[in-house]
Amino acid sequence: MNGFSFLTIWRRNGRVWKKHILAALIGNLGQPLLFLLALGYGLGRDMAPMDGLTYLQFIAPGLVASAVMYGAALETTYGSYTRLTVQKTYEAILMTPLGVVDLVLGEIVWGASKGVLSALIMLLILPLFGVVPSSWVVALLPVLFISGMFFSACGLIMTALAKNYDFFNYFTSLIITPLFLFSGIFFPVQTMAPPVRRVLEVLPLTPIVSLARIFCYGRLGEPVLLKILGSFLATGCAVWLAGYLVRRRLIQ
Amino acid sequence: MIPQIPQQESIPATPGSQPVVSVTGLTKRFGNRLAVDNISFAIQRGQCAGFLGPNGAGKTTCINMLLGLVEKSAGEIRIFDLEAPLFHREIKARIGVVPQADSLDPDLSVEENLLTYAGYFRIPRRIARGRVEELLHFFALHNRRDEIIEHLSGGQRRRLLLARALINEPELLILDEPTIGLDPQARHLIWERLAILQEQGTTMLLTSHYLDEVARLSQQVLILDHGHIVVQGEPRQLITDFVGLEVFEVDGTAAELDVLEASFRQCNATLERVGDKLYVYAREDCSRLVKVLGNAGSWVRRPANLEDLFIQLTGRSLRES
Repeated sequence: MNGFSFLTIWRRNGRVWKKHILAALIGNLGQPLLFLLALGYGLGRDMAPMDGLTYLQFIAPGLVASAVMYGAALETTYGSYTRLTVQKTYEAILMTPLGVVDLVLGEIVWGASKGVLSALIMLLILPLFGVVPSSWVVALLPVLFISGMFFSACGLIMTALAKNYDFFNYFTSLIITPLFLFSGIFFPVQTMAPPVRRVLEVLPLTPIVSLARIFCYGRLGEPVLLKILGSFLATGCAVWLAGYLVRRRLIQ
Repeated sequence: MIPQIPQQESIPATPGSQPVVSVTGLTKRFGNRLAVDNISFAIQRGQCAGFLGPNGAGKTTCINMLLGLVEKSAGEIRIFDLEAPLFHREIKARIGVVPQADSLDPDLSVEENLLTYAGYFRIPRRIARGRVEELLHFFALHNRRDEIIEHLSGGQRRRLLLARALINEPELLILDEPTIGLDPQARHLIWERLAILQEQGTTMLLTSHYLDEVARLSQQVLILDHGHIVVQGEPRQLITDFVGLEVFEVDGTAAELDVLEASFRQCNATLERVGDKLYVYAREDCSRLVKVLGNAGSWVRRPANLEDLFIQLTGRSLRES
């Protein structure tokens, strides 16, 4: 790689994305907003406060974190796999001075950007639901970006291993959906029985959901350092593995 | 490389000058299978080298090794006197590739495809715009600049792939089946443009199953089979050496062809029977035998060509790779 060459791939993806911007945004924002409405407003109206928050307030930050996960992971599975196979975009790129490292970084940073954009739009919409984030929410954005890179890298790992689109069903049904349901978006992980809690706490989305809630409501008394360091470490490993597997797939 | 701009200096292929591509002992093993087996060749500046071979002969593997898409098992590759794959970034900045399979961005317009590709080479925007303009005119695509790729014909897509390969003003152009599936008009237009590039000194490596295309464009051919170079050299010379001067193709019954075969043995020629057809590859002027052909059902007499050479060296049996 050569400095920021990978940004040319980011730019290419951005150019294509702009053509389908409406479909892309609805695809990424639809689910979290509907959950916010159905569970937060519909179910949560009659619920007792949770963790000192209304139920809608409780789930809103986690849904923002989930929007990053979905945006990033879907981009580097279905999107990247299309570029790898049907469109042969990767082949075309590797005939230029760009290499596999540029390609992988470009795709991962792109996926993360898409995820963070969804999150940003959601954060801007939240006041309409009566959730006004604290100014600490700015500190959340880099955290979400790291998380976006993690889930982009996971998606790209799946893409490197995939033989067809059906393969991604394993990824969405066995990894992404369980993470969405069990990472503390909808119920507090701390109050679970200790063995269950320990399992849920090491899921990759759990610290992000927790950080989202901390920064959204400015609860700075809670520990954040370990969660941030862990996310960085996991992201580094996932990016490395994605690079290794994509190279193995592309260079014989 | 384009008519409007000052021509690149055309350097003749003198034996002493450094070749653009120089390959020694190149080998690729996939498991137990030897896809490319110890091949060596060189392409001089300004020359077009044609790679021929049946499917699975190792042509594409060889090209992919030059580009670093396949890792070599052994051997040495030097391009622009730089070692590959060590200097791939530098090398690929000076190469243009027309891939066999369409890899255009279907969501982007003609112009956006070229600008995006220019971005990968980090060509400054202003310069890229100028080149895109020239290339669109050179390949008669300027009326289509805003068209989405899906709406282009096969010929237009091929021309765009070629334009894209030229965006970095490459010194070496690699063409993998550049006119596959095109109608004659589209093929001729591409040949014309390639001839102009050749005159301007662009070095080319061409693979094609259309032997007329290779004969038209190449000064040097390499015939590959089972990963080996069967023969390499100047095409006319190879045809004369291995096939002969001219070919008679005669149709007839087995009995008729038996008689003709006996007559043609009086001339210096190689004979081949395929079904109810007799091929006579004449190494000398066999005009005196034309009168015996009067009895045969139908026959043609034509100059020996690259296709004869190809069949002679790689056989008639089908290859399924």
